[in-house]
Order: sequence, then structure tokens, then C-alpha cells
Amino acid sequence: MAQDNKVATLDNEGMGNKSVSLWQMTWRRLFRRRSAVVGMVILGILVLIALTAQWLAPYDPIVPMMDLNPPEPGKQRQAPCIHLLGCPEDQPQHIAGIDGNVRDEFSRLLYGTRVSLWIGLSTVTFAIIIGTILGALSGYFGGWVDNSIMRVMDVLLAFPSLLLAIAIVTVLGPGLTNALLAIGIVSIPSYARVVRASVLSVREMDYVSATRALGGSNFDILFRRILPNAMTPLIVQGTLGIATAILDAAALSFLGLGAQPPMPEWGSMLGSERNQVFTAPHLVFYPGFAIMLTVLSFNLLGDGLRDALDPRLAHST
Amino acid sequence: MIQYILRRIVTAIPVLFGILLVTFALARIIPGDPCRAILGEKATDAVCDRFIREKGLDKPILTQFGIYIKEMTRGDFGQSIRLGLPVTRLLAERLPTTVELSFSALVLSLIVGIPLGIISAVKHNSWIDVVTMVWANMGVSMPVFWLGLMLAYVFSLLLKDTPFWLPPSGRISPGIPNDPVAQVWGLALPESGFLTGLFDFIGRMNILNALLTANWVLLKDAVNHLILPAVALGTIPMALIARMARSSMLDVLGQDYIRTARAKGLAYKNVILKHAFRNSLLPLVTVIGLSLGSLLGGAVLTETIFGLSGVGRTLYEAITARDYGIVQAFTVVIAVFFVVLNLLVDISYAYLDPRIRLN
Repeated sequence: MAQDNKVATLDNEGMGNKSVSLWQMTWRRLFRRRSAVVGMVILGILVLIALTAQWLAPYDPIVPMMDLNPPEPGKQRQAPCIHLLGCPEDQPQHIAGIDGNVRDEFSRLLYGTRVSLWIGLSTVTFAIIIGTILGALSGYFGGWVDNSIMRVMDVLLAFPSLLLAIAIVTVLGPGLTNALLAIGIVSIPSYARVVRASVLSVREMDYVSATRALGGSNFDILFRRILPNAMTPLIVQGTLGIATAILDAAALSFLGLGAQPPMPEWGSMLGSERNQVFTAPHLVFYPGFAIMLTVLSFNLLGDGLRDALDPRLAHST
Repeated sequence: MIQYILRRIVTAIPVLFGILLVTFALARIIPGDPCRAILGEKATDAVCDRFIREKGLDKPILTQFGIYIKEMTRGDFGQSIRLGLPVTRLLAERLPTTVELSFSALVLSLIVGIPLGIISAVKHNSWIDVVTMVWANMGVSMPVFWLGLMLAYVFSLLLKDTPFWLPPSGRISPGIPNDPVAQVWGLALPESGFLTGLFDFIGRMNILNALLTANWVLLKDAVNHLILPAVALGTIPMALIARMARSSMLDVLGQDYIRTARAKGLAYKNVILKHAFRNSLLPLVTVIGLSLGSLLGGAVLTETIFGLSGVGRTLYEAITARDYGIVQAFTVVIAVFFVVLNLLVDISYAYLDPRIRLN
């Protein structure tokens, strides 16, 4: 009896407590990293804001306050008025001030969260889908397929990304959809490379050969056996890619090539008021700060994921 | 080594070819009539017919591509209709501004980023490490245009009438003498040619020109004007470099040979600087290569904000004015510039790490 117990404890020690899946392990490691937790908290708040913007926003993000029914008094580019910070109670509260078209900047900022998150997710999803297909074909088939696909990717990478996006939008014409398409195209190569590298590393593994020997089709092997193994680097790359996509989209909108007014997009809000920076700095400060927070949250989360998914660091955290 | 360099140059050729192909294709995809896209909406039919014949736009697409490559490799980028100038001249006038700005931003990001990264690695988990990393994470997440505008607000408006005031736009104040170096040295240069071009180029880079002509008034003024744009443009690379320097330094500090060096009694400072730092340089070179893209792309934004007439701002203005000739030529030039710089980065990488060139 005593001996049995001893064996049982030994087993417990040897095997760890329970079998832990990759994702459970990743979660645990992620929560142990302070910066990743900060990123997740910021991101969670932003997602909440995006989902509830219509209830949180005190004013309409697009209709000027003059045109509201009943009209609200409001002065163009008025500095922020916050009751808690000593703004007289008889004046209407505008946490982030009023913009050049007499709209409540705070409401526009809240709605802008939706636009930015949408921009990040849609461009990266687009780039991941195309990039995965191209990278998988390239890595799996090799030869001329690989050569021709990767040379095209090399050329795309040869341009500074923002510049190529600018060139593409110039051709397609300004607008949010075209800007998203441009940023999506520009970011395809990095995903294609990641997938190709993963495919190359597992292509010759025994379990792949086994599937082939069992009569699995190319499609089966690629999508059921190989690609699931490329998921982890893709997730890391994708999270960091969202950050870049949001920054680039904001830059395009700032230059007037992306989101067009009156859409409450942070980059274009900042761009349309940039000449007023000396007289109405709040209209420049807040949108830029919002962009930074959003980008920061994705960067922190992406870095955290990378470390959490890195098997080399398995025992160090 | 020479073999490696040659091989890298050969692999860069298809990429350069691809750049030409992409810019050529982009120009052909522009919706509407190419003649009116380039010459403007008001061009008459007769003018357009002549333009199409001159440019070979009536020839098969492959022939057109051939003509395009020939023009580009000869450095003939056509005319900017809007400004009435050859694009090549425009480029020669405006490239020095961008080179000066990007170079200062890069130097700034290196001299601040590397020491910060090393210090935070050596003092791992100390407050200085935490502060540096918080700052670096924010740095890589900041929009360049926002940082630039906020810097201008703080240093040009809030700090007005203090010694910290800095000008919000332009390259030099009016009335500051900026005689080009060729004139000051009294060089008799021919009308055109490589040397003339080179001295013209140097003469347009205010800081270099001021140093060469010992013009200290110009130097001070030009540096004052350059600080804000260079800080704005340099912050993202600086943050990237600090992060990379820290992580590769941490990596190296954990190696056995560092322990050996410490164990045999070498001074800690020497171990850090001679053993660890040198070996942590490699990944840094890669980051510098990666930063070049953000420098060149960021130049468009920085120059627009600070009113510097460099390549980036000219490109932006050309886009808004639909001056496709400039857009195409400048995109090609910047991309080629980028490829060449990356080539240099790769070569220095191989120089630093024998494993690469011997493979």
C-alpha cells in the first residue's frame, strides 16, 4: 500500500499535474507577463468601447451640434470642458473639446475605436489569407512555383511599406476601402514568408510522409497536416501586423488618402486639424494618443504571445 | 567576401527589375487616359496625340516597358507638368534634404538607442530597464505625424521665449548666409558632370555644407531646424534599436564565454564592451536595415509636417495634385535607394559574421 502511494507520487512528479494543451500553456504564460496583461487590458477596454460606442458617446459623431434637433450650442474648436476639472457646471461638458465642424471630439474618438479595430482586423485577415495560400503553395511545391511567388514577394518587400501603399492608393484613388486594400497587399509578403518557412520545416517530417503513404491528397497534407503547424508564428505575426496596419492606415488617412471626412477615423481627424495644432492642440493630441494606445495594446500582446509560444522559453517563465 | 558581394548584387537585379515592372504597371492601371492623367485634364487632342506618339504609348505594351526601362536607367524621368521642371532636376534639388533628415534621424536613433538598450540589459529589471522598455514600447506605437506635431507644439509654442525654443518649420531662417561649398572654396567646376553634381548635392545639405565652409551661424541655425524633424523621424527606429540592443545583449550576457571572461577576473566594463557588445551587434544591423523602410516612409510624413521640401513632401504634393510623373519617378528612386541600402546592410552583416559569407 505504502509502496503504491510512492509510485503514484513519483508518477505525478514525473508527468506534471495534468496534460496541458499548447493553448492552455500559452494562456498561463501570457498572464504571467506584465506587459502582455497590460496590452490585453487596454485592448479589452477598446473592444468594449467599440461595441458600446453608440451608448457611450454623448453626441452624434457626424452631425454638427448646430444641426442637431434641438441644436446644442457649441463653439468651434473649443478647448475641453470637464466639470470635474473645474469647468463651470452651466457649460455643456466636452471631455475632449469640440472639433472644427462643431462636433464633440470625444464622441468621435469613441466611434473611431470601431474604425481602427476594423481596419486592423480586416487588413490583416485579408493579408493572412492571401499570404498563407501563397506561402503554402510556395513552400509545399517548391521549384518554379516557389521561385516565382517569392520573387514577387521580394519585389513587394523592396518598397518601404508606407510608400508602396501610397503608390497603390494613388492609382486606386483615395478612400478607406482602397487604403485597406493597399495596406493588405503591402503586408502579404511577411505572412507568405512565415508560412513558407513553417511549411518547409515540417514538409519532410515523418507524420507528413505517413499521411502521404496512407494516400492523403496534397490538399489534405497541406491543410490538415502542415498548416496547423504554421499557426503559431502566424498568430504572433498577425497580432503585430494589426499594429502596423493601424499605424499605416492612420498615416494614409492623415495624408488624405484613406478614410474621408466626416468618418470619425483618428488619422483623418488629426490630419484635418493639423494646421490648428497651435490654436487647438486637443484636436491633434487626443486622436494621436488614441492611435498610440491601440497600436501599443496590439504590440504588447503580440510580443507577449511570441514569448509565450516560444518553446525555448518554456522553462524560463 | 567579394564572391558574396557579387552574389548579393546579382540577386538584387531581379528585384530592381521588379520595382520597375511594378511602377510601370501601377502607372498603366491609373484609370482613364494616360495622356490627360500626366498632362492634365485640359490637354487638347492634338497635344495628346503628339504626347502618345512621343512616349510610345501607341506601341505594344512590351515595347512600352522596354522604353520605360531605357528611360529610367538613363536617369530620364520625364517632366513634371505642374512644376514645369525635369523630374531629375527636382530630384537633385530635393534629395539632399531627405538624405540629411534621414541620416540625422538614423544617427540620433543609434547614439541614443544602443546605449539605452545596453544599459537596460546590464541593469536587467531595474527601474532604468523598466522605464526604457515602457518608453520603447510607446515609441514603436506612436504615429510619426502625431509625435511631430506634438513636438512642434511643445517646443515652438509652449517653450517660446525660453532657450529651448525650436523652429516649427523650414530648414534655415531667412537671412542666414548659406553659400554653397563650391562657391566658398572658389572651385571652377564645369557646367555639368559628376563633380558639379556632387558639390551641388553637398551644398544643399546645410549641415555638411556649414561644416565644410566653417559657417558656424548656418550650422547652428540648420541644426536648430533639424532637431524636431529628426527626433520625430528617429523615434521609431530608436525604440526598435533600443529593444533589439537590449534583447540581443541579454542573449549574449547569458553565454558561457561571458561567464568565463568574468571568472578569469576581467573588469566588468571590459566584458560588457568588448565581449558582449561586439557580439550583440549582429541582430542590430538587421534592425537598422528594417528601420530604413520606416525612415523613408516616415520622411513623407515628417517633411509634410515640418514644411521641408524634400523628396517625401514633393511626393505627397505630387499625389494630391495627381502629378503622376513625379509619383512614379520618386517611387522608383526611393525603392532603388532602399534596395541599395539594404544591400549595404546585408554586406556589412556578412562582414561582421563570417558564417554568412561562407555559406
